[in-house]
This record gives sequence, C-alpha cells and structure tokens, in this order.
Amino acid sequence: MQTQPQETQNGALLEVRDLRQWFELRKFVFARAGYVKAVDGVSFKLPRGEALALVGESGSGKTTLARTVLGLYKPTSGEVIFEGKHLSSLNRHQMQEYRSDIGYIQQDPYGALPPFMSIRSILAEPMKIHGIRDKGEQHKRICDVMEEVRLTPVEDFIAKFPHMLSGGQQQRVVIARGMILNPKLIAADEPVSMLDASVRVEVLKLLRRIQEMHNLGVIYITHDLSTVRYFAERIFIMYAAKTVEKAPVESLLEHHFHPYTVALLAAIPDPDPENAKRFRDVPAGEPPNLVRPPSGCRFHPRCAQAIEGLCEVEEPPEFYPLEGVEHSVECWLYKK
Amino acid sequence: MRAGPVWTNWFRSADKKLPETIIVSTENVEPVSVVPLGAGGVAKESMTELTFDYAYKVHPSELGLTFMTEYVSSQPMAAVTWITPDGREFTVFDSVINKRRHSISTDRTTTRELGTQPIYGLFSAPDDVMRELIPGSGATPQTGVYKLRVVTRTFGENDTADVKLVVYGRVAGVAGTDHYRRNIVIALMWGTPIALMFGLVAAVGTTCLTFFIAALGAWFGGWVDATIQRITEVNLMLPVLPILIMVGIFYTPSIMTILGVVILLGIFTFAIKTYRALFLQVKNAPFIEAARAYGASNLRIIFRYMIPRVAPILIPAFVTLTPGFVFLEAALAFLGVGDISLPTWGKLLNNANTEGALFRGQFYWVLEPAFMLLVTGFAFAMLGFALDRIFNPRLRGI
Amino acid sequence: MAEKLLQVRDLFLYFRTSKGVVQAVDGVDFDMNSDEALAVIGESGCGKTSLIRAILRLLPRNVDTYKGSVVLLDTDIMKLSDERFRTTVRWQQMSMVAQAAMNALNPVLKVGNQVSEPLIVHQRIPKKQALAQAAEVFRLVGVPAEFLDRYSFELSGGMRQRAILAMALITKPNLVILDEPTSALDMLTQANIMNVLKSIKRDLQQSFIFITHDVSTTSELADRGVVMYAGHIVEISNAEQFFLNPFHPYSQKLMASVPTLKEKKELEFIPGQPPSLLNPPEGCRFADRCHRRFDMCDQEPPLFALEDGRRVKCWLYK
Repeated sequence: MQTQPQETQNGALLEVRDLRQWFELRKFVFARAGYVKAVDGVSFKLPRGEALALVGESGSGKTTLARTVLGLYKPTSGEVIFEGKHLSSLNRHQMQEYRSDIGYIQQDPYGALPPFMSIRSILAEPMKIHGIRDKGEQHKRICDVMEEVRLTPVEDFIAKFPHMLSGGQQQRVVIARGMILNPKLIAADEPVSMLDASVRVEVLKLLRRIQEMHNLGVIYITHDLSTVRYFAERIFIMYAAKTVEKAPVESLLEHHFHPYTVALLAAIPDPDPENAKRFRDVPAGEPPNLVRPPSGCRFHPRCAQAIEGLCEVEEPPEFYPLEGVEHSVECWLYKK
Repeated sequence: MRAGPVWTNWFRSADKKLPETIIVSTENVEPVSVVPLGAGGVAKESMTELTFDYAYKVHPSELGLTFMTEYVSSQPMAAVTWITPDGREFTVFDSVINKRRHSISTDRTTTRELGTQPIYGLFSAPDDVMRELIPGSGATPQTGVYKLRVVTRTFGENDTADVKLVVYGRVAGVAGTDHYRRNIVIALMWGTPIALMFGLVAAVGTTCLTFFIAALGAWFGGWVDATIQRITEVNLMLPVLPILIMVGIFYTPSIMTILGVVILLGIFTFAIKTYRALFLQVKNAPFIEAARAYGASNLRIIFRYMIPRVAPILIPAFVTLTPGFVFLEAALAFLGVGDISLPTWGKLLNNANTEGALFRGQFYWVLEPAFMLLVTGFAFAMLGFALDRIFNPRLRGI
Repeated sequence: MAEKLLQVRDLFLYFRTSKGVVQAVDGVDFDMNSDEALAVIGESGCGKTSLIRAILRLLPRNVDTYKGSVVLLDTDIMKLSDERFRTTVRWQQMSMVAQAAMNALNPVLKVGNQVSEPLIVHQRIPKKQALAQAAEVFRLVGVPAEFLDRYSFELSGGMRQRAILAMALITKPNLVILDEPTSALDMLTQANIMNVLKSIKRDLQQSFIFITHDVSTTSELADRGVVMYAGHIVEISNAEQFFLNPFHPYSQKLMASVPTLKEKKELEFIPGQPPSLLNPPEGCRFADRCHRRFDMCDQEPPLFALEDGRRVKCWLYK
C-alpha cells in the first residue's frame, strides 16, 4: 500500500547531502591510526509520508547513517537538512526542537526501555524534557499514544514495568515513546528483528498504520529484504558505507541491477521446499575492512562481473538505467 | 576502685566470689524512733537501723556514706554506729553533716579508733588481732548480718536528713567499672550510636560521592575522565591514618572534622574504577541512546538513567564499608587523637591503656570494647555479603 | 539407507522455577530417519530448545521431571547412566551447534586446538592426527586450513560459525543438532552456511536436526518439519506438505505470517500470545488463538496419523 509522499514548501522533509561519518581510531599518543569510514558519501531526499528502507549487512553503515540523522553523531562532512534547516547551523534550543520532531525505534525492545521505570514514567520522560509539565496534558498524550499502539486497557499497562511485558508489547511501548512528541520523521532500526515471527507482522502493520495516519517520513533499517515490500516505498541497498542501488521497491524487485543486489535477492529464501535441492549462488569473500576499503568500486573483489582496469580503479557514479524511473545504480556495468 | 563485671562470679568458687556493691539507705526504711529535741518542738532526733547481710569471703573495696539533707538554717547532725554480727560497735561518723560524701574506708579518725584500715577492722572477727589485719595478710571478713545504727538530728520544721551506706564491691554492673567507678555499660552504650553514625555517614557519604564522580567520568570521557583517574591515583597513595592523626593533633580532634576529612579522603578510592567500569557498560545501553535522541541533557542522563541503573550495587557497598570506618574511628580514639569529649569504644580502650588495665588483670576493660567492635564488624560484614548476593546478580550462585 | 535413526517417545522435561514448574517438553513423540534433515519450528517459549536439551541430556540443575524413551539406532539412550552417556553418546553419536555459537569459541585457545579437542578427549587420538582431521573438516566447511593456527577473534562471524560446525562434525557423529544456526548472521553469510550444510548433507549423508523460528530458512535444508507449540508437537510433515499445504491451524497461520519476496501476499498475524508453560491450559493449547476452534477443542487432541505420513494434533483431522 502506497502513501502519497508530499513535499513541503521548502522541499523534502529530510535531505542528506554527501554525508560522511568517519570514526577516529584510538591513537597511541601522536600516531594516527586511521579512520573507520562508517558512512562514506550518501545523499538522498525523503519527503513526508514516504517510508525509505535501508538494507544492508552489518557494517554497511545503515545504523550509523540513522544515528547521524538523529543527531547522535556530528557528521564528519556533508549536510543533514531537515525542513530546509541545516542541522549543523542549529543552536541548542533549535536542536531540541529538532529532537521533538524525530522519533527513534530501536532493535532491542527490552534494552531500549529503562528497566527501573514504569511505562508511564518512560512515556512521560520526553514530554518532561521538552517542557510539557502539566500532568493532565501528559496523561492525555500517554493515553492517546497507548491506544494508537493498541496497548489497552491503558490503565493496566502504564503501571507496569518493562520486564512484565512480552517482547511485542515492549516494542509497542518503544513505538509509543517514539510517537509521543508527534514527530514528523521516524528512524526505525531493525524494529522487528528481535521479535518472534508471528509478532513481527503485527508490529510492522502497526508501524505502517501509524505512518499513514500521521503522514510520517520513515527511515526503516533492516537486513531482512523480505519485509521491505510490505512496508516501504523506496529502498536503498547499502554496501561498505555507500549506497549501491536506490529504487522504488517494486522496481527493485523486478529489475535488480547491482551485482550485490542480485546476490542479496538470490540469498533470501522464500519458503519453497525446492530450496533444499539446490545451492544458492553466493559471492565468495567477506564485506571489506572499513578502515582501508578497496580502491574503486568497493564490491569489486567479490564481483563476478568486475571489469578489469575499471572497477578497481575508479568509483562508479550513479547511473539511471531505466527511463522515467528514479532507479539509480552505482556500477560500471550500467554506464551509458 | 575498678570492678569487674558481675557475671564473672559465676566462674568463681564460693570462697572466692567477689562481693557486689551493697547499698542500704535510710530513705527506704522507717525510723525506729523519732524523739523531739529540747523545747520548741521542731528539732527531732530520729534513730534508724539499717541491716545488710554480708556473705562474701572477700573484703569489699571501699565503704562510704552518702548524706541527703534538706534544711533551712541549721545543718543536721548524724551519728552512725557500725555493729558487727557478733555485736561489737564502732562509731564511724559523728558530727555535723557538712558534706555529701564521707568515705569510711579512708577516714583517719576511724582508722585510729580501729587500729587498722576500716575495711578490715569493721569486718573483723572477734578474735582477730587488729594490728595483723593488713592488705595481703589473707584475712577473711566475718560473714553475717551487719547493722548500722543511724541517729540523725534535724533542727528545722521540715528538715530531713538521710544516710546511705555504700559497701563498694569488687564486681559491679554487667560490664564492670572503669577507674572512676563509672559503669562501663554506659560507656559502651554511649559509644554505639557514635560508632554507627561515624561508620554509616562515612560509608554512605564516600560511596555516594564516589558513585557520582565515577558516573561523571564515565559519561563525559575525555579530559574529565582522565583528570578523575589521575586524582584517584594520587589519592590512593596518600596515607589515611597519618593524615588523620595530624589533623587531630594539629588542628582539632572534633569528630565532625575527622568525619569530614575521612570522607574527603575516601571519595577518590579504587572503587571509582569499579563503578566507572559499570557505568561504561550502561553508557552504551539502547535506552541511553534513545534518551539522547529525544533530547535528554547530560545531567539528566546521568541522574535519571545511569545512576538508577547501577544504584543497587550501592547498597551492599554501604554496608560492607561501614565497619572499616567504625574501626578507623576507634583506632583514632585509641591513639588519643579522637574526640576526647565523646565516650567512644576507642576512648575506652585508650583509658584502659593509660590506666594499665592489662597489667592489673582488668581484662574486661579491654575485651568489652573490642567485643563490640568485633560484633559490629561481623554483623555488617554478614549483612553486606547477603545483600551483595541479592543486588549483584553475578554472585548469585554462591 | 532409510533406517530409523532416532525414535522419541513420551519425552517429558519439566523445570522447577521460583514461580512453579515449567512444563517445557510435554509428551513429545517423533521419528527420524538417517540422512534426513529435520526442522523443528516454533516460536520462543514453545519448548524447542528444551527438546534438544532433553535429547542431548544437557540439563540444568533445576530439573523436575525427565522421562521418556529416546532410541538412537538401537539403544535407548535414556537408560544409559550419565557417565556412559557422556563417553559414548554425546559428541560421538550426537553433537550440537549451539545458538550464537560463534561466541562459544574460547578466545585464548587457537581455533585448531579447540576444534580437535573432541577427538582428543573422546577418542584419545594423538594431537597431530587430530589436527590433521581438523584440517580435513575445515576443508569440508570451507575454511582454509591456515586458520587452524589463528585465534577466534581473528575470524569473522561466518568463519567462526563454520569452525563450530567443524567441531561438531569432527567425530563423525550420526546426528548433528543445530540450534538457530544462522540467526545471528548476515544474509549472505547465512546463505553461505546453508550451502555448507547442504553440501555436507549430500557428501557425508549427514543427518541434521535443526531448530529455528525462521520459517524461510528451514526450507533450505529440511526434508521434514516438526512444528512445536507450547511444549507439544502439533504437526509433523514432509517439506512439501509443510510449506505448500500445512494442516494444523497454527502452521497455517505461521506460514501466512512469513513475508515473501517473490510472491505478493497479504500478511496475517496471530493475535494473542502463546500460553505460559507454568500452567498450560486444559484441552488444545492453541484453541484460544485458533480461527477454527470448535467444541471438541476443550479436550486435548492426540497426534493423528494421516495417510501421507503426516501427523497432526488437531481434532479437525480425526
């Protein structure tokens, strides 16, 4: 189900330009040990109402990207622009306002909730920080948001502590907390990967409903491609700190261009009993070291179709192989 | 005279049982006769008989009279006669009552009259030769019922005069007495709240402050953390006891100052490294990250999220640190550096030491405060271990 | 070569906890043939890990009830004493790869020494020979032999998982049990490991039991599937039957909740939660959440045997 993405007057809800996030390795006195280049040049625009899936393996940079957008890291270079304002130019007060416009949903539902606080306290915290001190107002918002995540009767749940709830319920509380300040953008980092199979669907549907009702922009991070078609409009495939393919979901599922995307899609099993009878075509090797990534295209050491003399020398720019479709791929195979 | 605890008599054979203090007073006894004196009708002479049974084979340590009088103009007079079981009478006091206490055993008049020390003389048997009754002669007192005839003369309408005889024993009280005849039980009881206060305040104070500073260092990292670590390392090398002694001697031994210095020296201890390690683990927890995302300030994160997460560890820490501080205070008092106005256990030990208690066989004086310290330490340690098992999940299987 | 490798009958495993007795495995019966891969599917808390523990006799201290019969080839291993079990069965005839096994490597030992340890301990093979066998097994799982000399932190996640797999295979057991073999791994690494397992199954005719909650990955390897719910087995069927046409309502709902990439379908979820194993309800344990419940469900159904080799614990198939 698609929602209508809408651009505000100033352009997209969120824009990221050539973002780089490098972490310095600990130096021994004066020696420079180098940088872990966790995100190395990512750009995109996210309008309100659109869900964007970031798919990649661990170490691909997707979590770091989300954390930078959330303001948890300062970018090494590049810009994060929210509603037309550059994050780097915001003062403390404006930064606090920004934080009330974004919500964060994490992977581990139990770890994301302070175990010593009741649900009511947990949900009241963001409000207290952002100046909503009236108890009546707090209670009203808590009830609203708890009803939205279908944790009713509300009175029963708000007095409980996190360990008294099941995994699915805990994750709903995390979602409730993310929504309590009426944000415009949500970053969901593997929101269902630690939940049981049957609960995942419930929580994903809930997130989708919330997104539609509030017309939110959502960055949905996952390594499980198979959930993407149920949740997102666009999908970015990330590999070794860069995006390698960006496309609307349907387009990607029909035409997968980048060899890494092809490998990923080939590696995902649908429950088909024929699977047991054949081997999967998986590229050999491991994701590269982010301190010294391979030269040129980062996938070239594992790519069966690498063009000698080109792929290991120069990094490919974005190509658009399909007419009229915003489907880009960074691969020399698609050079026009 | 220092007296040991009463219950030590339980271990002694009948012959050697030490006498307890015996007190008889005219306050509780009706006079045998009250006779008006002279004309005018207000002066009275009353005669009271006091009796007590002395069954010990060991002499008491002292004899004394205490006078309680109320008068308007003329002081009352008293004549006290000692009557041994076999009927001999000796006058022990005969004059105006002009002081509250009269010591029979050191009274020269009585000594001259008896020919020997009153303790021996008054408790002599009929065929004892007085001259031979001296300390070390091995004489035993006569057992039996002793009487005291007290004749008092009062001169005002409502004047009263009462006389109390105190036969000071050699054992007194549950804990014995010190060199001023003060019951040691009182000193022990007085010392308890002081010891506990010192121990608990020091333990709680240092632990809380250490905790907070460890949290600051762990959260902020960088130069804040490095500075705290360096201060800790320097502080670890400072010798605590000598510094406290110097403060006590050169500045003031007031217990509050000592407590303050103990806490100051106790903040940057090795525990900082332990707590910092715990905080570093919590720092990366998802809920802390979420708090940063929704805009919690640094202080809020430290107080509202990190500290409550790790705080249960504090409880066993409070308890296990307390005895150490209790002993510290006792050690300072024992060395004479502590607060001299407070009767702490350490001070008891100090007195015992100064008065040579061990040389004189008064072991109880040393053992009792030591016992209190021991029991306190043991109690807190056991409680602390049990709490540790509850609050520190890693120790649960033990 | 389809002889019966494992026959489990009436297996019970209850644990004593501070809240009461948890009936983790509550009367389980199933059979398994040689060179077959059996998938045990279920959600967290259904008892699948406890089932494995019960079969391998890796029991914690708070066991309340442990009874039943487990016949491996022709011996009832439940009847063996603990010591005999340890020396003859565990890691000789049956071995295990635990969940998140890559964390199970001892960081201070070289990988080669650890992997060859079962041979040295159980079969008293001298070290040099054991290391040679370890190199052979490494080749099987796709790890270069030079990694025998490395420490575990020098290996990536996928390689570690393969090293643990090698450790389980080195004594050539009849049965290897895998507990969530791929859940902590990336997609491509998962596919790699599955390839390795497939090749081992084909080349060595190795039998596997593997437990997972991820229905999709089971299709990679399973010949037959066992679905567990609340301590009971609710369906046993072969792979085709299970993936294309599950019978038990729970299996159906489970299949319907799996997101698929290739085909478009509407995802369903199962409302409610599995029952607590402390006090399981009377009757069919899935009844509360079942969309096809009827009056007979108040009684616990037996495991009905159907003609095509399936067994379903549901009154609908009487």
